[in-house]
Amino acid sequence: MKSVCPIFKREFASYFATPLAYVFIVIFLFAMGAFTFYIGRFYEMGVASLEVFFGYHVWLYLFLVPAIGMRLWAEERKSGTIELLLTLPIPIWASVLGKFLAAWAFTGVALALTFPIWLTVNYLGDPDNGVIVASYVGSFLMAGAYLAISAAVSATTSNQVIAFVVSVVICFLFTISGAPLVIDFFKAWAPIALVDTVASFSFMTHFQAIGRGVIDLRDLVYFGSLIALFLGINVVLVDMKKAG
Amino acid sequence: MIEIENLTKSFGPIAAVRGIDLRVAKGEVLGFLGPNGAGKSTTMKIIAGYLSPTTGRVRIAGHDVESDLQAAQRVLGYLPEGAPAYGDMTPRQFLKFIAAVRGYSGTEAKDRAALAAQRAELEPVLEQPIDTLSKGFKRRVGLAQAILHDPPVLVMDEPTDGLDPNQKHSVRKLIREMAAEKAIIISTHLLEEVDAICSRAVIIDRGRIVADGTPAELLARSRFHNAVTLTLPATQAASAKAKLATHREVLSIEDGSEHRGLVTLTAFPRNATILIDDVSALATEEKWDVKELYAEPGRLDEVFRSLTTSDSERVRALKEGVAA
Ligand SMILES: Nc1ncnc2c1ncn2[C@@H]1O[C@H](COP(=O)(O)OP(=O)(O)OP(=O)(O)O)[C@@H](O)[C@H]1O
Ligand SMILES: [Mg+2]
Repeated sequence: MKSVCPIFKREFASYFATPLAYVFIVIFLFAMGAFTFYIGRFYEMGVASLEVFFGYHVWLYLFLVPAIGMRLWAEERKSGTIELLLTLPIPIWASVLGKFLAAWAFTGVALALTFPIWLTVNYLGDPDNGVIVASYVGSFLMAGAYLAISAAVSATTSNQVIAFVVSVVICFLFTISGAPLVIDFFKAWAPIALVDTVASFSFMTHFQAIGRGVIDLRDLVYFGSLIALFLGINVVLVDMKKAG
Repeated sequence: MIEIENLTKSFGPIAAVRGIDLRVAKGEVLGFLGPNGAGKSTTMKIIAGYLSPTTGRVRIAGHDVESDLQAAQRVLGYLPEGAPAYGDMTPRQFLKFIAAVRGYSGTEAKDRAALAAQRAELEPVLEQPIDTLSKGFKRRVGLAQAILHDPPVLVMDEPTDGLDPNQKHSVRKLIREMAAEKAIIISTHLLEEVDAICSRAVIIDRGRIVADGTPAELLARSRFHNAVTLTLPATQAASAKAKLATHREVLSIEDGSEHRGLVTLTAFPRNATILIDDVSALATEEKWDVKELYAEPGRLDEVFRSLTTSDSERVRALKEGVAA
């Protein structure tokens, strides 16, 4: 565990050593605002809730989180620093975890910077802050799941563009498996158990569940085990490259 | 300190390392030589635990690299080929990161980083992002990183590549200073480096060791070993050549081109006998106007060429190997 800390620190600092962090945060906040106010018609709805705002997170994360995750390993491979990292006396899982946690913390920072919108709804009306807190937690967990997938994909290539595209596709599959379109498609012919299974793999299903204001253990376990699974895959993928 | 047994490594159809056995003891500086693509870097990557071998095993200070990787990596300082480092960090931040990863904290981490920076003569660039450093300074950052924890085993892939002559000199001095307490492997394409710092040289070619010995032993394999070279006026060259050829121990004589009325002759001995005394006696006797006269220790580049395969041969062999 001790070795996770320096990796985390280095990675986290590296976001701010380049313009990457600032560009990302600006785009993130701008997109959140644009979606919520213009497309989501936040004001016109006249409801003091952040449901619209959180509703767009799934789609924003779909592109923005792979953009963060794509560099985690691909860049190390490209620049050759992976050889340095893997010959330092730390286990691979510590590097995987340190990198993931740093990137996750970074998305956490970006997410936290959306607080003015929370202040706004509280100023304008009287929202259910419990639901909002739960939604923030759910949103953060969902970002972690997207990130774990992107990081694992990044470990397979030295090309960041490939890492990005493949991550988006995989994340997309995980997202839409709960969308009405897909559910209806399965409902037409598949037994209900299968429909439920497919839906239960969806980020959207679990995120919406949390967004109703109840943090159910099952949803936490879902995101937690998904993250753990992909971090495990990440470790295996990095280790496999040792064979050449 | 370093034990390598029957090491092989294949990348698909390419056999990069084909059976290397090597033991390096404390106090030795082993120079790893070989043409491009011989498998030097691949071998070093396996020692450092970055690649896993196809067969064979590596132990560092008794720790098996496959089964006890972290313990092996703790006692190893490794400079990868090209000296990769995180470009967005400054050398100071980078060395502090390495110190932290290696388990140092507080003032000890700071002191270690500062000492390593000082030994690699990094002070002028400590606060400049590594991305913006010149090639030589980048290499020195890699060097500082490798020696930060004062490891008993050091493996460095081309540590002096890209350094200016002054820096080469100081890096060689640094390696010599550390040599007594460590087992060191360096790879290099600079043959003079072998003479300057290595106590032992290993030449590998196409993944196999083709020579292993002290620099003097390698030089003894040169056909120039104990040959005598003398420079004298062109007018005397023909008679000198004839006279030398009559000597019992002279195998052959080669002459260089005429330059400003002077010609250089090289007399090669039979069975590496020492010729210099006889030749100089002969020169005095015959009153040759000798401008220069010396015994050749042997030429490493010539040994290197005779032991290793040229690129064209290698390509041919590779194609045959793949076809077979
Ligand atoms: N990841 C890899 N995949 C496929 N082939 C590889 C890989 N790494 C090395 N090789 C091959 O292995 C052989 C040995 O390469 P290596 O880098 O060990 O040579 P080297 O002796 O260090 O050469 P140089 O003097 O140019 O640094 C080469 O033929 C190279 O193409
Ligand atoms: Mg090499």
